[in-house]
Formats: sequence, C-alpha cells, structure tokens
Amino acid sequence: MKKLLSGNEAVARGFYEAGGHVATAYPGTPSTEILENMPQYGEDVYSQWSPNEKVALEVGIGSSFGGARTLVAMKHVGVNVAADPLLTLTYSGVKGGFVLVSSDDPGMHSSQNEQDNRFYAKFAKMPLLEPSDSQEAKDFVARALKISEEYDTPVMLRLTTRISHTKTLVELKEREEHNDLLGFEKNPPKYVMVPANGRKRHPIVEERTKKLKDLAENIDINKAEYNDKSIGIITSSIAYQYVKEVFPEASVLKLGMAFPFPINKVKEFAEKVEKLYVVEELEPFMEEMIKAEGIEVTGKDIIPRCGELNPKIIKNAVNKNKNEIKENKFEDVKTPIRPPVLCPGCPHRGVFYTLNKLNTVVTGDIGCYTLGVQKPLDAMDSTIAMGASIGVNIGLEKALGKEFSRKSVAVIGDSTFLHSGTTGLMDAVYNKGTNTIIILDNRITAMTGRQDNPSTGYTLMEEETKEVDFEKLAKAIGVERVKIVDSYDLNELKEVISNEIDKEEVSVIITKRPCMLIRRREYDIKTYRVDEDKCINCGLCLKVGCPAVIKNDDETKAKIVESMCTGCSVCAQVCPQDAIKLVK
Amino acid sequence: MSEVKSILLTGVGGQGVLTASEILSDALIDEGYDVKKAEVHGMSQRGGSVNSHLRYGEKVYSPLIEEGSADLIFSFEVLETIRFSKFLKENGKLVVNNMKIIPNSVYFSDVKYPKNPDKILKEVFKDNIYLFDAFKIAKDIGNAKFANVVMLGAISKIMGISDRSMEKAIENRVPPKTIEGNLKAFRQGKELV
Repeated sequence: MKKLLSGNEAVARGFYEAGGHVATAYPGTPSTEILENMPQYGEDVYSQWSPNEKVALEVGIGSSFGGARTLVAMKHVGVNVAADPLLTLTYSGVKGGFVLVSSDDPGMHSSQNEQDNRFYAKFAKMPLLEPSDSQEAKDFVARALKISEEYDTPVMLRLTTRISHTKTLVELKEREEHNDLLGFEKNPPKYVMVPANGRKRHPIVEERTKKLKDLAENIDINKAEYNDKSIGIITSSIAYQYVKEVFPEASVLKLGMAFPFPINKVKEFAEKVEKLYVVEELEPFMEEMIKAEGIEVTGKDIIPRCGELNPKIIKNAVNKNKNEIKENKFEDVKTPIRPPVLCPGCPHRGVFYTLNKLNTVVTGDIGCYTLGVQKPLDAMDSTIAMGASIGVNIGLEKALGKEFSRKSVAVIGDSTFLHSGTTGLMDAVYNKGTNTIIILDNRITAMTGRQDNPSTGYTLMEEETKEVDFEKLAKAIGVERVKIVDSYDLNELKEVISNEIDKEEVSVIITKRPCMLIRRREYDIKTYRVDEDKCINCGLCLKVGCPAVIKNDDETKAKIVESMCTGCSVCAQVCPQDAIKLVK
Repeated sequence: MSEVKSILLTGVGGQGVLTASEILSDALIDEGYDVKKAEVHGMSQRGGSVNSHLRYGEKVYSPLIEEGSADLIFSFEVLETIRFSKFLKENGKLVVNNMKIIPNSVYFSDVKYPKNPDKILKEVFKDNIYLFDAFKIAKDIGNAKFANVVMLGAISKIMGISDRSMEKAIENRVPPKTIEGNLKAFRQGKELV
C-alpha cells in the first residue's frame, strides 16, 4: 500500500518496520514529528521524550547496549547538546542497531543557526546516510540499523527541513522482528571508556572507518545515473530532486552515503563526464573531499553557501544566468509583514508587555516566547541557545555589577528550564548572583507543537506521570525568593517583577497559565468586546500585540475579532477608558 | 499525464490551509498521480503567514514551486494572495476567499494593509481570478466551517479533478457528522467557476 508521508512520518514508520524497540528525542523543529508519530506503534516500539538531547542520546546508548534496535532524533543544534556522549559512543560502538536522526534546518525556518551536521558524522567517525524523499527516509532507517549492527557503530541519518516536512508517496511494509541481540553482557573493555580502554578502541574505530569506506564505494545507494555526459553533477539529499528537476538530461552521481566518502566512485564518475559540478546545500562538505584528491570540480564558487537551495538557484548558477527580476504586478502595493506571533490568549503576552513597560534588559531563551522580541512587545535583548538566558544574565551582572541586575531579568520556558536551565540557576545561587529569573510555565513544550515534558504530568505515550515542582526545585537549589504569579494579571506581574528585581539576591518568578492550544485543557472561552462609545482610539490595546485586537474599518475605534478572542483580558486591563468589556 | 502541475496554497495560520492541502493531495493520489507536498511548520501556531506547495504529475522531483510557475494559487486571504502572486505563471488561475485578516504589524510600521485589495487583484488578474466570499456561501449552507470545501469545489473543477476522487477525499478528512454538509459545500463551490 502507498501512502503520502512526510519524511518524519516515514522515519517513524521505517523504525517500526525494521523491528525497532526504543526511540527517544527532545522535540525540535524540523525533527519533532518523528517521535510524535511513534506512539501509534506503541505495542511494538517504546518511545519517550527526554528532558534534553543529551539524555535522549544516553537513554539510546543504554538501550543499544541492551541489544535493542534504537532511534534517537533531534534537530541540528540538539546534536551540539548530545555531542559529548555521541563522540565517545562512536568509540564504544553499539550492540543493538543505533540510528541518530539529525534534522537540519537550512534557511533557518525555525532555528537560530544553519550549521551543517554532516560534519558531525565525519568528526565523530560515524557513517552518514542522506535520503532525498520519504521513501528513502523510510528505507534508510532499516539500512542504518543493519549497518550499525554489522559494523558496530552508530549511524547518522541526516534529514533537512525539506525532507522532514515534505510529503511524498511511500510503500508500506509489515514489521520484521529483530530480537536476537536483546540482553546485556558485561564487556568493560568495550563499554567502559577509561583512558586505557579508549586507547584500545581508537584504532578499532580507524579500522572500522576503512571498512565503511569500502561499503560506501559499493553500496547501491551511491549511484551514478549516466545520461548526457557533457555535464556531471554530484549531489545528495533534497538537492538531488532539484538537480533532476532542472537538469533532467545531465549525468548525476547521487550519494545516499556520503561519509565515509566513496572517492573512487567519484573519480570514476569524474572521468566519464566533461564538466563536473557538486551541488550540495550549506557547506562544501563533499566538495572539500573531492578537491583534496585533486579532482577539478565546480561547487561553492557558484552555489550559495548560505540559506536553502531551490531549483531556480541551481539552474541560474549552472547556466550563469543573472537572477532575472520578474515584473512585479503590484508595484504600487506594499504588503505589510505577517510574522509568527504569540497566539490570542497566549500567557506570555502579559509578561512581555510588563517587561517592556518596566524597561528591563531581558536575556531570553528559546521557545514561543522568543517572539517577545517583536514589536510592539519589544522585550528581548538576547537569545543564543537552549538554557542560555540564565548564564548570559549572570555574565552581565559579573561584568557590570549588581546594579545591572536591578534592571534585568532572564526569561525561560518550563521545558527549556528543564532542558538546560537548572544548571544556570545553580550557577546564579552558587556564585552569589542577584539575578531575577522568570520561568514562563505554560504547562507544555509549545513552540514545537505542544509536546509533554517532565513538568506536564504526561508521557509521550500518554501515560500519567509525576510532575516536576518548579517551586520546590528552585528552593532545593538554594533560591529563597520564589514567587508564583498569574500570567494574565498585569498588576500582579508588575508588582512582583519590580519588587524581585530590586532584591539583592536570586529570585525565581514562576508565571503560570496553560498554553491556549493544549489538547487536554478544558475550554471556557469568553470573549471581550469594545464599547465604541467609550473607546477614544488611543491605541494602547493594540500595544499588547494580540492578533484579535485590530481597528475598525475606518480606523476610528479599536475592535476585537470575537472569533479569535479567547478572553484572557490583557487588552481590557490596559484600556484606560474601561471600554473593553466581557461579552455576557 | 506527464506534465507536472503546481498549486500554491496560502493563508494565515489557523485557517485550515494545511488541511485543504491534505484533501487535495488525497484526491490527486486517488487519480493516480505522483504527489509531493512541501510546507514549513514549527513557528506560529496561529496568526503567521502559511503556505503549502503541492505538485503532481506522472513523476515529480522538486517539491518546491518556482516563482512564476504555479498553475493555480489557492488563497484563503487577500493580502497573502498579493504577497504570493509572484509564484503564479502567466495566465495561471487564482481561487481566493475574499477575506481580510489584519496583521498587528500594520499598527507599528509605515506599511499599511492595502486599501481595496480585492479590486487591485481583480484589475491585475481579470478573468483569471475567482474571488468570492466563501464564508458567506458556507454559512448559507449551514456552517462557516465549510468555507474551505466550497473553495475546493471551485479548484477541482478548474484543475479537472474527478468528483469521485474529491468526494472520497473529503469524506475521509472531515468529521463524519459533517460529511453531508461538506459535500453540499463542495458542489456549491463547483458552481462558482
């Protein structure tokens, strides 16, 4: 049976079909749906969210050491978090097949950078598989597990946004069981990486890489498609589809396994074509290895290194066309931007409105609340990485003195705090900081599409479980001032935040309200309406930045789009005329 | 059947752009086509600009539609139609729900929501644009939520997708209780073009 599946759905299906046992992840766009699609196979596959990518990978290591077929998924920057165990796992090797899915985000659709994780495969010395559509995404999972077990190595399956989030047709198969390796056997020389053992493992890793190179030279997913030999293009991943779209007549060498690099296959291809190109998204990963062998090839001289590719970019680059500027049919019409915004009723809105009013320096973090940087909320001054808000806040205080912390806060979401904020909080307390840290607790990992986490009371497989208590956690770390605030109450927010900022000790403020989009929440949606007789068109309600608050058609009064309003009351609280009323 | 066709769907997060794209894909697969559908999600559950690239034919390589090459733009909102119209090929068609959703950004920048966007669109695209108030039509049938299916009716007629495949796809994707209403909306939509 054929089904239209996204690359992420196909990876989940592939793991199920290949007899997978344990899958773990921390959510991150564009990788999230891989694990979201795992519980449907819950009778055969155990799946879970871990608090961060490092723990997810370590759970995966244990599972593999126990002989289980294992999948760990994360976004590209998540691999940075998991890099520590990963770069030693490649020394230890595996027992049950281990596939690490890295979903990269060229073009930064929903990420803070566009690092190219193929280099991690080379750096960690692990084989790299790159599918170019959903069928391959599914098939390559089974391949990766098999290679992993045969060569005693973890394998990286690298996707990109366009592979993860593009739906293409996939042929489904039945599950094949692989239970023969299950069981743990003591083997300290392999599993205990003390220096003496590590030194013995390293030459084994080098030997393994040689064998894997032989595999890459012969594997059928590294395939030359000869056509017109005046142009030859080496490519991989989604770029293969773009190349086939714009140069259907060209000869193509498609590399499904680009590390270890099959240089002999490349040489053979290079000899048969007149002009050789390498078309790859982001970094010149393959190009550098081709040029190192003295093969003449055109790549990043003409193909952009920044952003994602598309067929047009490739066509124009190879044909040396200027990027023709199409006649704009709407020359005189300006189009206002429509960026992602905090949803109507989002509990973060009131917090950022208050921080803006208090004119604070806000060290921010990663989640929906990063949107607090936009106008009109305009209340975020740094965002670097998961959990970084607290460390950055501490650093500013250490550099500029305690006075700085009298006008500064760190903001961090519930899931991000559990991911990597607790260590920052320990640093603040331990090193005698006076920082104010706001935990924006909306009871879910919202940005990636509402996934559960250790504070929500549910697991990925929908079982009830214990909840982390942020108040007790902060107190256990040594924070004496812990305040809990209703995110919708602007007066309380202002009072508590101003008060805590002033204190010369670490404060934690927990702002509490569930995300409006949580599936399990019980909806009691009220709506507000503008009393036009009272409205003086001052525009203050627009400054809360809610999509439901607009002006009327002739722009003489404020207006609330009732179909969008969820009744959070934040706009009503800022109205100086008391003109925004609950609809009875 | 060999030629690849491209439909660009566009609108605002929360309007059902991705669901409409799913229904169209299901119908096209049922018709025997190879289908690829690309979208980006993650940021913005509600309120941001959303689009979906849908391509079908005997064999599709790139999932992305190039500027100037879409056979049809299927839009849920007029400003987004103007924004994405550069994707349309010469004499391509547009099916547009005549609805305005004002982004908050207009109150904090010099760029305002265009005046009379429906007139502007009509002037440029003339007979190639089908612009109608799908919500009103859907409401008259009984439920504003059928609006997207009204539009799907119009599109299926323009693209020549069989009723059988469309109706099957709609039946599979909408709540069982609303099947009858949705099918009525679908037939109504076909009458509009």
